Amino acid sequence: MNYAYYPGCSLQESAAEYDISTRAVLEGLGVGVREIPDWTCCGASAVEAVDRELSLALPARNLALSEKHYGDTPVLVPCSACYLNLLKVQEKVGESRQTAEEVNTLLDPQGLIYSGRNRVVHLLEVFAGPMLGEISAKVVNPLTGLKVAPYYGCQILRPYHTFDDPERPSTMAAVLEAAGAEVWDWDMGNKCCGASLIMTHKKAAEQAVARIWEAAMGADVIATVCPMCQMNLESCRPSRKGGVEGPAVVYLPQLLGLAMGLPREVVQLEKNMVMTDTVRMLSDRPRSHSGPKSDPDGVQTL
Amino acid sequence: MSNITVRKQNGDFQADLHRIQEMVSACMQCGTCSASCPNVAAMDITPRKMWRMVLMGMTEELFKSRSFWLCSACYTCTLRCPRGLPLTEAVYALKRLAAGNGDSTQRRHGLFYETFVRNIARDGRIQEGRLVADYFLAAKNPVQALQYAPMGMKMLGKGKLRMPSFKKNGTLDGLFVPAPGEKEES
Repeated sequence: MNYAYYPGCSLQESAAEYDISTRAVLEGLGVGVREIPDWTCCGASAVEAVDRELSLALPARNLALSEKHYGDTPVLVPCSACYLNLLKVQEKVGESRQTAEEVNTLLDPQGLIYSGRNRVVHLLEVFAGPMLGEISAKVVNPLTGLKVAPYYGCQILRPYHTFDDPERPSTMAAVLEAAGAEVWDWDMGNKCCGASLIMTHKKAAEQAVARIWEAAMGADVIATVCPMCQMNLESCRPSRKGGVEGPAVVYLPQLLGLAMGLPREVVQLEKNMVMTDTVRMLSDRPRSHSGPKSDPDGVQTL
Repeated sequence: MSNITVRKQNGDFQADLHRIQEMVSACMQCGTCSASCPNVAAMDITPRKMWRMVLMGMTEELFKSRSFWLCSACYTCTLRCPRGLPLTEAVYALKRLAAGNGDSTQRRHGLFYETFVRNIARDGRIQEGRLVADYFLAAKNPVQALQYAPMGMKMLGKGKLRMPSFKKNGTLDGLFVPAPGEKEES
């Protein structure tokens, strides 16, 4: 299985561990990815606040580039904000000939044409869909006893109802179970982290994140699939109370990589702003080649 | 900062306002948006009331509010609106209208997003460290900048911020309009 790959800006800088662990896990699963040459910013959630046309032209440019190089190969996106922007232009161009013309007029000076024949897919969609069986088969170090809170965030779920239920998402739970983890049952997985309010109205973002942290206390890990969610959760981490260490915030492919037996250096655990020994020790466990069964740490699981 | 002017929509205030009014004209004031909004507690006007004010053309009052700037684009209101209205898109349109026509407070609210666009025009890809530095410079607010110092130091320590690169990634010719009297940067 092959995809065109759009990493997006954050994965080049603050979320480098997301990019590196994604590529490593996909390689381990036998999925080929080819980065879109010369890609540029998708506009994030910022450009639409300034210029609507540009907020469509920027993602369309990247999809048009992918079409030029890779035809109708689906475009794989790990960042949720990038995913929504690319998906949005795919949807809008698909439903309105006028929008298609407007977007292509803007792309004309670039010598690019966007037709919409390459489907946009999110990394979680690939893990939970075509790759789920392969993940189960490749798990050599099941995350037995590890309580993981699946944090979906917003933009892979809303406003477009694509690969998961926006009100009761479950795809990440399925992936975590395939990796042998115990899924933390909570209802904050699809609540907003505050996104760019962290820069513009810091207090409001901190309140949003505080509610998420409160519901996650008791879990070992919060699993994320978005660099913005990851950054806001990590930077608004509550201070340690009474020596209680809260969950580590870890990108889903970092966890999958550990379950698949990749060394922690490969999944870049030390790049995360905060890492816990519970997660570090996962890569030191003895390996088994069958599915999740006995817990090597002797921790009772439910 | 590059010599890029932010593309104006069409600059016709009444037409832009009318477009937003059309987006929310079927609003029945049920308040599902307000009940669903994660940031409503920080707002001075609830989303439900805001839509009524939009429909009544109360832009002067709206432009005294910061409510729409507290939208984090989570799309929960858009998902749940029983009328199926594109509420998040309408908030974006309000942000554009207010930044272009409101007072200096409204422009300040829009400064981060404007800085973001200028950085794309200049660099092709966003470099987070540079974006934040440019924003604090443009905002001329050292106290605000200091609030982020611990986070910035921690990110530097983890190697999460790169040295700024002046390499331009990707050509965006034709997507941005050069500022009047300026040549587009190459």
